Amino acid sequence: MNTFLNRLMGRVKLGGLLAVAAPILAIVFAMLITSVVLIAAGKPALDTFGWLIDNGSQPRSIVNIVNLGTTYYLAAVAVAIGFRMNLFNIGVDGQYRLAALISAAVGGAAVLPGVLNIVLVVVVAVAVGGLWAAIAGFLKVRRGVSEVISTIMLNAIATAFGSWLLIEHFGTVNGNAIATTPIPDNAHVPAAAIVPGTQLGINTFVIVAIVVGIAYAVVLSRTRFGFNLRATGRSEPAAVASGVSVKKMVLITMILSGGAAGLIGMPELLGSSFTYNTNFPAGLGFTGIAVALLGRNNAVGMAIGALLFSFLDTSSDILQLHDISPEIVKIMQGAIVLSVIIAYELAHRYRLVAEQRRVSRELLEGAAA
Amino acid sequence: MRLIAGLAVAAVVLGAAGCGGGSSTDTAASPSGSGTGKPPLRVGLAYDIGGRGDQSFNDSAAAGLDKAKKDFGITDSKELEANQGETDAQKEERLRLLAEGGYTPIIAVGFAYAGPLKKVASEFPDTKFAIVDDQSTLAGNITNLVFAEEQGSFLVGAAAALKSVKNNVGFVGGVQVPLIKKFEVGYIQGVKHQKPDVQVQVKYLTQPPDFSGFGDPAKGKAAAQGMYDSGADIVYQAAGGSGGGVFEAAKAAGAWAIGVDSDQAKTADPAVRDRILTSMVKKVDVAVYDFIKNNVDGTVKSGPIVYDLAKGGVDYATTGGHINDIVPQLEELKKQIISGQIKVASS
Repeated sequence: MNTFLNRLMGRVKLGGLLAVAAPILAIVFAMLITSVVLIAAGKPALDTFGWLIDNGSQPRSIVNIVNLGTTYYLAAVAVAIGFRMNLFNIGVDGQYRLAALISAAVGGAAVLPGVLNIVLVVVVAVAVGGLWAAIAGFLKVRRGVSEVISTIMLNAIATAFGSWLLIEHFGTVNGNAIATTPIPDNAHVPAAAIVPGTQLGINTFVIVAIVVGIAYAVVLSRTRFGFNLRATGRSEPAAVASGVSVKKMVLITMILSGGAAGLIGMPELLGSSFTYNTNFPAGLGFTGIAVALLGRNNAVGMAIGALLFSFLDTSSDILQLHDISPEIVKIMQGAIVLSVIIAYELAHRYRLVAEQRRVSRELLEGAAA
Repeated sequence: MRLIAGLAVAAVVLGAAGCGGGSSTDTAASPSGSGTGKPPLRVGLAYDIGGRGDQSFNDSAAAGLDKAKKDFGITDSKELEANQGETDAQKEERLRLLAEGGYTPIIAVGFAYAGPLKKVASEFPDTKFAIVDDQSTLAGNITNLVFAEEQGSFLVGAAAALKSVKNNVGFVGGVQVPLIKKFEVGYIQGVKHQKPDVQVQVKYLTQPPDFSGFGDPAKGKAAAQGMYDSGADIVYQAAGGSGGGVFEAAKAAGAWAIGVDSDQAKTADPAVRDRILTSMVKKVDVAVYDFIKNNVDGTVKSGPIVYDLAKGGVDYATTGGHINDIVPQLEELKKQIISGQIKVASS
């Protein structure tokens, strides 16, 4: 079925030149929108793009973009796993926050030494994320509760539950901050200072993100499970007819999506903050939704989208240094997501019309002959 | 705009002239000066989420900066604000950009900067930093600007107890974090000190990491309404932008509310100002101003500076004249706190 939703979720592929032309068109269009906003605000549009590129190519910025992009990418993959099967896991946000909190507490307790502690923290995070998502999956399978509603509600519950855990059990107050016991030095994920010109290092958790991305692509396109998942997403009746247990698929996919969500907080927890506190970044699950849409649930597309988003977010300060409101970043991000959706939709329709023309021409030629 | 710039230039010239004329400052060794008099300061401010225009404590810091700019002829200042849901790396980068741009002093507004500041301050030992609301990050080039919120809250608590007819008062906290707990604890102690039998209702609007409780008037209104409905006649809010909703609820119930951070009987929506009994004033602007002034004078010290009642860093407001009759009692309590006769707990 070639519906708008299927095209939006990248379940219908665009081939050839159009696949390249659509995103380039989208970026150009987004830049046009941003320019109009900038000019309306009395700011120099061309200079602004110059500053963005100039700042983004600094060694330190490159490191920051990659590190933040790693987090965004994991968030996007977590969302995309559900998207590919028509499962809208809006609860990625709550899943990763709860996972980060509980795994931070486990890591801080340091029951295992060194690298084993890292592994334990990651396993706990994946388990907590998966279990929290499983609640929504279970409700959908057993009671037919829409996962959109239940995951949004579970986000709110995760906030309250996490706060109770942090304040009453895991956290200690230090000045005005409240934080879990820091994870000991021997269980930190190292930063690799491989970008010349800066001492800031790339968070080596990026390797895990790449592995997750490859696994996502391979499992979806090269395994029977991936086929079942995609088939269920495309047409549930057809999947049932070919012997797929849709209920089982819903539950497993939800758990996988939540498990991947558990990884989102790991680069920050294991590579930077080493503790979960009240300032732990929130809202990454929603960034993930935008990046997944931008990357059309494609492993490589989402990587580009994640880097683009982190590039823009990293630019917020440099814009402010030039007296440009940081809200322009949000406008740009929104414009890009919308442009990409519209550009792909236009490309699809163009292809459809072109195909119809070709067929009718061939038919005419056939009739004339 | 041009006029302001002209005035500022004039002020710089005058300031420099004044500096050269002074005999004591000439000989004082200044790290940045090179004999021809000190160049004007270039001040950097890193806000927490909301930035300038949040009608809360970022704005208060901005007011301090504005006053300092005017008084000391500072023309070059940069203000950068945080984004929702950002990581510590982004906060570090913000401070680094300012330090690298040669801004000093740099003021980090909010305890969220504690961890990032620790790293960046050690990378730029010649730059002076200050952080508001945190005293966990100590270094030779960091000044910690902290407040005894519990002392000011104690006084408005006492005022609430004295003014409550129904012997029932409320506290609405924006987000359940240790900082806001200080307001609650001081307030309750103040109430109980004055009248032990007064009932105190406590409600926090959101739990971290959901910080919307500092910016959602509808939540504030619902919480305060609930308190007035169940018998309270005075509600103290420490809820940032949500406080406006508390005032609306007070207006609707014909009851009282107590403001926070600034003298809100002067700054809140004019329609509700007459329902604001008093405000617990937390003078972030004074702290920021003082810090910049100390940098101008070359007398800046590292380590915590506690802005308490004695220093005038926290206080209660009398705008509107609603508490004029109890001012003598409050002043007496203030004296007792300053002298140490009354100890106000902070947690």
